[in-house]
Amino acid sequence: MGTTASQLGKDLLSEYQELTFLTKQEILLAHKRFTELLTKDEKELQNTRVPTERILTLPELKSNPFRKRICHVFSTSEQKDGSLTFEDFLDLLSAFSDSATLEIKSHYAFRIFDFDDDGTLDRGDLEKLVNCLTGETDETRLTRDEMRQLIDNILEESDIDKDGTVNLSEFQHVISRSPDFVSSFKIVL
Amino acid sequence: MAYSVNICETDSESDFENLGESEPGQDSFQVVAEPAVSTQRCPQTDVFSECTRINTEHLTFTASGHERDETLSREQKKSLRRHHWSAATLKVLASMPSRTAGINNAAVIPQHARNLSQLDRHQTSSQDSSQPSRPMQEDSVQANIEEEICNEENKKEQLVSILRGLSVGEGMRKLQASPLSLADKMEVRQLAFSDVAESSLIRSIPCYSRLSLYISRTLHHCLFSCLPVLTSLQLWHSPIKRLSGRFGTGVLSYFLFLRTLLLFNLLLFVINGLFLVFPQAVNPPPRPHDSNLDTFTGLELLTGTGYLSQSVMFYGYYTNIIHKTCRNDSTAAESPDLPVCDSKKPQVVPYSIPAAYFFTIVIAFYTICIILVYSISKAFGRGFQVLKSNGNLAGKVFCSWDFKVIKKTSVRLQSEKISTQLKELLSEMLHGENQKSCMQRLCRLMLHLVAWVACLATIFLSAMTVHYLSESAIKQSCLEKTELLLLAAVVSGINLLLPGLFNLCAWVENYDSPSVLVYVSIFRNLLLKVSIVGVLCFRWLGRIAVERERCGIQCWESFVGQELYRLLLMDFVFTVLYTFFGEFLWRLFTKQVLKRNRMPVFDIARNVLELIYGQTLTWFGVLFAPLLPAVQIIKLFVLFYMKKSSLVLNCQASKKPWRASQMTTFFISLLCFPSFLGAAVSVTYTIWTIKPSSGCGPFRNLTTMFQSRQLWAQELENTHLILSWLSWAYNSLVENPLFLFLAAGVFLMVIYFHTQIIDGQRRIISRLEKQIENEGKDKQFLITNLQAIYERSGLVSP
Repeated sequence: MGTTASQLGKDLLSEYQELTFLTKQEILLAHKRFTELLTKDEKELQNTRVPTERILTLPELKSNPFRKRICHVFSTSEQKDGSLTFEDFLDLLSAFSDSATLEIKSHYAFRIFDFDDDGTLDRGDLEKLVNCLTGETDETRLTRDEMRQLIDNILEESDIDKDGTVNLSEFQHVISRSPDFVSSFKIVL
Repeated sequence: MAYSVNICETDSESDFENLGESEPGQDSFQVVAEPAVSTQRCPQTDVFSECTRINTEHLTFTASGHERDETLSREQKKSLRRHHWSAATLKVLASMPSRTAGINNAAVIPQHARNLSQLDRHQTSSQDSSQPSRPMQEDSVQANIEEEICNEENKKEQLVSILRGLSVGEGMRKLQASPLSLADKMEVRQLAFSDVAESSLIRSIPCYSRLSLYISRTLHHCLFSCLPVLTSLQLWHSPIKRLSGRFGTGVLSYFLFLRTLLLFNLLLFVINGLFLVFPQAVNPPPRPHDSNLDTFTGLELLTGTGYLSQSVMFYGYYTNIIHKTCRNDSTAAESPDLPVCDSKKPQVVPYSIPAAYFFTIVIAFYTICIILVYSISKAFGRGFQVLKSNGNLAGKVFCSWDFKVIKKTSVRLQSEKISTQLKELLSEMLHGENQKSCMQRLCRLMLHLVAWVACLATIFLSAMTVHYLSESAIKQSCLEKTELLLLAAVVSGINLLLPGLFNLCAWVENYDSPSVLVYVSIFRNLLLKVSIVGVLCFRWLGRIAVERERCGIQCWESFVGQELYRLLLMDFVFTVLYTFFGEFLWRLFTKQVLKRNRMPVFDIARNVLELIYGQTLTWFGVLFAPLLPAVQIIKLFVLFYMKKSSLVLNCQASKKPWRASQMTTFFISLLCFPSFLGAAVSVTYTIWTIKPSSGCGPFRNLTTMFQSRQLWAQELENTHLILSWLSWAYNSLVENPLFLFLAAGVFLMVIYFHTQIIDGQRRIISRLEKQIENEGKDKQFLITNLQAIYERSGLVSP
């Protein structure tokens, strides 16, 4: 199943509507923006896969420090190169949409922050996360002492079973205590 | 056996005390116990280092093993750091339910296995002697990948069977909310639901159920296509999205608040317009003799006098006539142009303007009260946490990145903001609070005291100014048009200048935490506005309404309505002037003259308080000027576009962190408690006690406005006996103190039960947390023993 040349069939559109959290307008806008990324030849094919570099030219993802992780998480390619089909793109927008549930958002946030893809957030993951948050310049990065103290504190607060890592349930527990998460984990086209 | 127990006991972990004695099949622990025998001289060392000391004689985990002996501490043992473990243990760890929870995606499982195989290769390269079991383990890893893919297929089938058990709607919702990729979801949907559809078609369905199936399907489609239309009708959707992309969630909350207020005013306007303005406009009252309606100047638009005072805008225009569609024969002289009532036709209830006025205002206030209470409870429910968290560093790290921000400079600014926040919190923890000397603390206290005294003094002075100005205006009974504007201008000027002064004071005081600074400035601003509105209320209700003859005002309600109209307009004019001079020209000045690139920051708290102030005046003025919400709607509309362009051109995003949801809750509660409650109390006081003017308005010749309700109820009883039960019910229920007492008692009991439930939930949660911690310790113990067994079996097998 995939997209037809330049238009979405009605059945396919209603199926997408039922299976994702997007409205019809949002799906059509997504289709329009996705086809703008395709070259002329690719537009004729069905189910084309757009490489990561082109996806990252979208203004909504261009400056986001998590852009590569986002592409990687939502990609269903065998080579794990972060390329997205139109359906992966819809998955991405659905998880970041207004009406997505807290469980979906926290699930995908966990996978985005899990830099080594091993199912938990250990010290290395947390360190990379904090470095993404604080930016590239030297004056905003945390020192080694500060980083160590921060990660110790995070683990103390969120690691309930004391195994040194934050797994999905513990992550969701922390997220549920913060009311800002749902409104900040949003990307709108 | 006893040795293993001893060693465990030296760890002083009580969970393991009973382990050696209670379980019958202890083969695995016997394996562990044997090496422990030889190391009786070091009873303090734990199980793990025992095993590794034996192993290093035969196997080689070489360099890492030696390091481990020397540096192994309690904390390191407690964390399951992977590079200490063998590949088999890692495989077990990776497929633990806690680490694969929720990851249903087939793409992830091979990644695990790929990691493991990479790790295997890494370990083989770092070891001196190759282990005979390695190639076997690589094959087993491959087998594991296939095994895990099979597991994945099983999981899909499980999901399909679960979905088949639910109804179609519930199943679709569950599928929508499951974290699979879209291709997987479509596959599952085909498996789960097409079977149902096929099987239902195979059997012969009777005609009527086929029809109902068709109807339900079309309804479903209609619903799906209608809902997006409703959401896309949201006002200002794309400008707000662009603003949030550049400035973040804090500024967004201001514009959302503005939109909420606009919707409130729209509701008020629609209710008033339908039930009050329209019937009166259709039946205009006779024009008074001394009106000068021929001239209409622009100044009158500002002051609200002249032409406007005799329009639907103000209270004085409304009559106390009861509009009937037909007349009785006996009253032929009064209204000759109405047709005669036909006694055979059913009588329509006549439309009484006084009753309509009273009930419209009351019902509008009730509706707004219900909406406000509902939104406050929703906001509080979102922010309320059953558990008290000890510090929120984890929440800050996980939840503070705003994905809506897309502009590069804003992203950089956001990173700086988060970094500053984290560094501040960490420095507090690392270095502790700055221990100030006694002298410094005293200095700071004096500074705070001076600042507070200064602020309170300015508030008091400004209230006194307004009071004296209004008193002198009352004494001079005849007022020029321009002098009428003076009071409004002074009030707006005070509202504009003094909050800037308060911000300056707060900046001089140099508060430690930025949130305390925000709350202090909000509190001072609020105090200023409350005192000014209080003085004005006293002036209107306490002086003008009571001593109207002295002021020479025939229609005091219209006068009060005009004052409120003037206040709103002057406020708007001053805001426009401030936006132009304060922000635009200031930016030009700093750029050209001072040559600095520092743009002003959009002060969210101050702007929101301005909105709340305007809304309070509108709510108070609805009673006296029913079309005031329309003025407020126009004002808010223009304000949105003005503030948006000013923001984009002149301002930059704030460097201080802004907790959007907490502040939104705070602002909605400010809207409800001082603002709406104050307006409602004043309006109730007016309706209940103050005598309406006898020359104008729908309540002339009544002692209070409230009396009109009683008169209408009596008239209703006389004409329609069927509806008399309504008034009986009202009299016995609402005005009966016993009933209100009972209702309040039930309400309090419900609140008490809820607090007890929350208490119980807190206790259960803390107990569950302790239980999880104990389970975690169990897990560590089992993993270490598993590791020991693998190493032991590697030792034993050739």
